[in-house]
Amino acid sequence: MTQELDFKELQNLAAEILGIDPNEVQLDKSFQRDLAADSLDLVELIAAVEDKYDVELSEETLEGMKSIRDLWVFLEEKQKSKAEA
Amino acid sequence: MAVTGLGFVTPIGQDIETVWSSLVEGVSGVGPITRFDASDYACRIAAEVKDYDAERFMDRKTARHIGRYCQFAVGAAKMALEDAGLDPHEMDPDDVGVIISSGIGGMEEIERNHSALLERGVRRISPFTVPMMIADMAAGIVAMQTGAGGLNYAIVSACASSGHAIGEAAEIIKRGDSVAMIAGGAEATITPLTMGAFIQIKAVSERNDEPERACRPWDVERDGFVMGEGSAVLILEDWEHARKRGAHVYAEIAGYGGSADMYHVTAPHPEGQGAIRAMRKALTKAEVEPEEIGYVNAHGTSTKLGDVAETKAIKAVFGDHAYKLAVSSTKSMHAHLLGGAGALEAGATILALERGVLPPTINLDKQDPECDLDYVPNHSRKADVKVAISNSFGFGGHNATLVIKKTEPN
Repeated sequence: MTQELDFKELQNLAAEILGIDPNEVQLDKSFQRDLAADSLDLVELIAAVEDKYDVELSEETLEGMKSIRDLWVFLEEKQKSKAEA
Repeated sequence: MAVTGLGFVTPIGQDIETVWSSLVEGVSGVGPITRFDASDYACRIAAEVKDYDAERFMDRKTARHIGRYCQFAVGAAKMALEDAGLDPHEMDPDDVGVIISSGIGGMEEIERNHSALLERGVRRISPFTVPMMIADMAAGIVAMQTGAGGLNYAIVSACASSGHAIGEAAEIIKRGDSVAMIAGGAEATITPLTMGAFIQIKAVSERNDEPERACRPWDVERDGFVMGEGSAVLILEDWEHARKRGAHVYAEIAGYGGSADMYHVTAPHPEGQGAIRAMRKALTKAEVEPEEIGYVNAHGTSTKLGDVAETKAIKAVFGDHAYKLAVSSTKSMHAHLLGGAGALEAGATILALERGVLPPTINLDKQDPECDLDYVPNHSRKADVKVAISNSFGFGGHNATLVIKKTEPN
């Protein structure tokens, strides 16, 4: 049984990297459009997400995500498949 | 060239009055290294900037994405502009330029990311490594943060960097390319690799048991310089521009001379040949006779070679007058800010002229017989000096001398 993901942890992680308040990191927000993340921020975010969640995340994948919800779903699915493995 | 603003982020204070009181009271900023675990190092002391709140001067995201030396520079530059009452946002962007030097650049950030590379692979190098490590970024980020859109770059000449920055900034105003310049230097090199590298050339003091007593220029017991960190920034302004807006003028940058030793990568020329020519050029350009100089803010790093060479150079330039003027090394208190040193020492000289008090050389208990000038030992001294010089010398044999004049009341 794997632990369920805690959205607060993702909020804190993204907030730290983007230098914003964790509460600004919401499922319907986009990193680029709403949270002013530029390409350098995204590269840093990828490294942090990969380290924290033990996943592989390409720049194309992250850039293709319309909102933080997409990232969250991605992480949940990875977590699920790890649990099933 | 009028100096209308000063800003300091230093080991002996982070505002003008704290820096000044440390200078006149002979307070040392040196202590045990806390920036990293230096327990295996032969030198375990440095003058750190304590409790610097970068977010007082910039948003959190900016602070995260720039090197420590740039964080210092932004703070010092903003304080200097505020002190000058000058806001480049309200001016033609081309009228205000920036030269903020660093001797080395973002060393801490280079080291951190190199460790990440070795330990965790290439994909763990921060995408901000390049902007954090390059030595020009303080000038760039200060422009972004202040609206100063004129000439913008850094001058790299090791420990003479910000002496050159101020000298060249004054020339830029003189030739009409700017109305005002934000000029100075910044450094943050209390890092494992930098400290280790300076230990390997036996340049730094190992007086670990008495950190406050470690930097002792011209004292026989000296054993090397002490690493410092921080930033100092001056606002230089066209005299008429400053006068018209009723700005407070601290002092005047009256002349500047530079030269090369042509001798050795780390050792100064033993007779101070390069230093002599820098001082002479600066005096000539300022149209000042050697006898008019009342105070020399020396480079005075607390190394045997440097102290003796600079003393010989001062004697060569000033002749008998060398024994009448006062010489001090404020590095004895704030330690060596490398690329930030020249600007901090120019700032100290400016305040000394304005306030009529010469800061001392502390820890000068037993003078080296080869260094026989008046080094204002251990206690500050009242003195109404009209003209002073500030020397900065760097590895590579770079020399820069600034001539600074007291503002005459009109």
